[in-house]
Amino acid sequence: MFTPHTSQEVKEMLREIGVQTIEELFAKVPEEHRFPELVLPEGLSEIEINSELNEIASANASTDDFISFLGAGAYDHYIPAAVDMLLRRGEFYTAYTPYQPEISQGTLQAIFEFQSLMAELTGMDVSNASHYDGATAAAEAVNLAYHFFRGRRKKVLLSRSVNPQYREVIRTYMQGQENVVVSGDDENFDIVSNMDAFTERIDENTSIVIVQYPDFFGRIVDYTKLIEKAHTYGALVAFVINPTALGLIKPPGAFDVDIAVGDGQPLGIPISFGGPYLGIFTTKEKYVRKLAGRLVGETVDEDGKRAYVLTLTAREQHIRREKSTSNICTNQGLMALAATIYLSLLGKHGFKQVANLCYQKAHYAAEQISKLNNYELAFPNTPFFHEFVVKTPKPVSEINLHLQNHWILGGYDLSEVYPEYENHMLIAVTEKISRDDIDDFVAALEEVGHD
Amino acid sequence: MTEKTIYELSQPSRKGVTYPDPDVPIVPLPEGFTREELRLPELSEIDVIRHFTKLSSTNYSIDKGFYPLGSCTMKYNPKINEEMARLPNFAHTHPLQPIVSVQGNLYLMYQLQDWLEEISGFHRVCLTPAAGAQGELVGALMIKKYHQVNNHKKRVKILIPDSAHGTNPATSSMSGFKVVPVPSDERGNVDIDALKQECDDTLAGLMLTNPNTLGLFDENVEEVINLVHEAGGLVYGDGANLNALLGVFRPGDVGFDIMHFNLHKTFSTPHGGGGPGSGPVGASEALKDYLPGPVVTMIEEGDDENPPFFGFHTPEKSIGRMKSFYGHFGVLVRAFTYIAMLGAEGLRDAAEKAVLNANYLMSKVKQHYPLPFDRTCMHEFVVEGAWEDIPDIHALDISKRLMDYGFHPPTNYFPLIVHEALMIEPTETESKETLDAFAAAMKAIAKESRENPELLHHAPYNTPVRRCDEVKAARDLVLRCRIPE
Repeated sequence: MFTPHTSQEVKEMLREIGVQTIEELFAKVPEEHRFPELVLPEGLSEIEINSELNEIASANASTDDFISFLGAGAYDHYIPAAVDMLLRRGEFYTAYTPYQPEISQGTLQAIFEFQSLMAELTGMDVSNASHYDGATAAAEAVNLAYHFFRGRRKKVLLSRSVNPQYREVIRTYMQGQENVVVSGDDENFDIVSNMDAFTERIDENTSIVIVQYPDFFGRIVDYTKLIEKAHTYGALVAFVINPTALGLIKPPGAFDVDIAVGDGQPLGIPISFGGPYLGIFTTKEKYVRKLAGRLVGETVDEDGKRAYVLTLTAREQHIRREKSTSNICTNQGLMALAATIYLSLLGKHGFKQVANLCYQKAHYAAEQISKLNNYELAFPNTPFFHEFVVKTPKPVSEINLHLQNHWILGGYDLSEVYPEYENHMLIAVTEKISRDDIDDFVAALEEVGHD
Repeated sequence: MTEKTIYELSQPSRKGVTYPDPDVPIVPLPEGFTREELRLPELSEIDVIRHFTKLSSTNYSIDKGFYPLGSCTMKYNPKINEEMARLPNFAHTHPLQPIVSVQGNLYLMYQLQDWLEEISGFHRVCLTPAAGAQGELVGALMIKKYHQVNNHKKRVKILIPDSAHGTNPATSSMSGFKVVPVPSDERGNVDIDALKQECDDTLAGLMLTNPNTLGLFDENVEEVINLVHEAGGLVYGDGANLNALLGVFRPGDVGFDIMHFNLHKTFSTPHGGGGPGSGPVGASEALKDYLPGPVVTMIEEGDDENPPFFGFHTPEKSIGRMKSFYGHFGVLVRAFTYIAMLGAEGLRDAAEKAVLNANYLMSKVKQHYPLPFDRTCMHEFVVEGAWEDIPDIHALDISKRLMDYGFHPPTNYFPLIVHEALMIEPTETESKETLDAFAAAMKAIAKESRENPELLHHAPYNTPVRRCDEVKAARDLVLRCRIPE
């Protein structure tokens, strides 16, 4: 399959090589382990695999079947048709990493535009060409800070309202570095109600403080004092952001943060059961040489024509090997392209509109739910963007089972990762949800909330 | 003509997409947090389509032509893969949906884990790692944790052959290991004597790419593994070159402890202009409990009436989570499609034709270029892009000139142990005509190098842009579009 050789050609090629059979080419493979019998299903034709995969997929229910109020790190936004039409161009998706600029200008310029859009959106100086996802971008922020202080500052502070999976990934990545202590996210230590106590923990041994904006519970929190304190001690501050929110709220750059990371999935990338997504990483100019991952820069070609190349490659693993700060090699090229196309299509106006639609609809939903008996908003006095937490009269899992009967995917059950939030549901609302959908959702919540 | 940037194309008040007005009562925006300036471009849909279509036309791609990039396995990316990954019931599933509503996804992942285990000889595969380099990080962290759990405090050293990819040493130091390079011998194998010297009680492990980046199957692979094991170390396999081994050899059978796969190389998922990749990791029986989470398990076996029920599980001594959710699911669907279409026979055929193509092309190219390790290769080979009698011509010149002949250049200046390396991997999906045309271009360039070296120094001539000033790019550092006032 997918090998074009005719038997005549194989013969001619073997003759050129000077062997009789293809098997002879594998003589160096230990004989007792050569050509094992693989137990795999018989190969399928295209028509067969198409029908098999359709059947496998039919064992799923999708957000086309349900009205979805699930967010918690992956958001079901509308993706304009033009995005995928362009992504399907083989010239983009079957290209390699643009190491040869003369024949990769398309990819390079698109990444350069991506970097520009991310820098504008976050209000930061520079963006790299992307990381695997928001969680690994956050881990790379910690990595940057670790190397910035040459490993001398051992303390990493995380807010408990940073996405729990991001916090797990940071801990996984930091296992390799001696004596790094990741803390600040103890059970019950919510940053909003403990802002002063959290800020107190920043000291001269702190390399980086990571908070989320809007946070995992959707709240828009004022971190101004925390940032000031961190900078007094020379520590870095990173924001984990949601790009959609930045259509509406002040960008991280306005707060003088050092790094802004986040997941670019909401920018035209399907939720696709969790991946592939897009890690956004932006920072201040002064950290650019510590930045991991690829960077595209503008230059000129031999004829003086504007051109783009991968630049500052001397930071990267293929040049610096064990001295590089990160081993990252691939970026999420095609996903970065998707985000670039998405933002180009929506533009200034459309992007603000989407952010506003999310905001308004989420607030309508919150308002309606807060009127129900037995339900209340968990953080009624904190502003939020398009996600909010509701205290429910029953375990969320039980409520969600009921909602499924109404073809509604309820919000995320926070008790899965936050023991202190038993009976708390994290609800996300995007522009795809209509007022009717929200009313149905509220009615179903009311129904299950009784008894 | 240079293509304008999206910011240069922008015209005030143009729109590429419209949205309905809010159907809910309007509430005020949060006080003190409202954004004032948002500098995004303003384009119509046709502007966007034409812009990106033009950009795409300046790219080289597999769909356009031959991509002999060593160690990158630029094989054809079947179109059906793309269709399958976009099936709405895959692409539109939320990662936090109730498990019962995504049994199709879990079945697919379970099956893919199982197939990768069968292909590689490993006991358990975890699909979450995002790319090869992340798979390597998984491996190094697993080695670290294994020694920690077993209280091997002195084991801080990772051995890495000098032919290895840069990610190997970078990964090891990121994991807190001391990196010690091991030289290659004159046949391109790991130098056994040098290896023995390093096999002491500080050894944590060895990272081994086999076939190595010279395209050579290490003739002493079993001895290398045994030496490391006897010294108490673990062996990590870099699966970058697995394409040569499908149905030919299973690394798990000879004692590799951990290995990553590159689904975007070996299993035909597209490179996407630099990603997304996907780098599942396989582990032996002894190491499987250290794998990252989550992995898919069968919670209940099925019977005549009911299908089996699948769920997620984090291994007992797991190094932890590597990324959000469960891996690059969309890439997994593509790899699943590919393996299902090939079956055991097709996979072996792929490896055989990849090795046939490489040896055929090597036989043609070595007539004109120095071949430092002249023995049967696997899926790739490395020649020198330089001749003693024309010191002025470098691998870079040859690479750039190949573009004028319509080819993507080979990987150059890697592996580091070959002077002026040109690393050539044709893959199995190329026909003899394509290989012949490439060999003819290489021959013609060898001739030009002698007759008209100046011509090569300024190549390419027929590309969308010519040689780019990389020094200027790094010196002036323009990393974002200028926005016209």
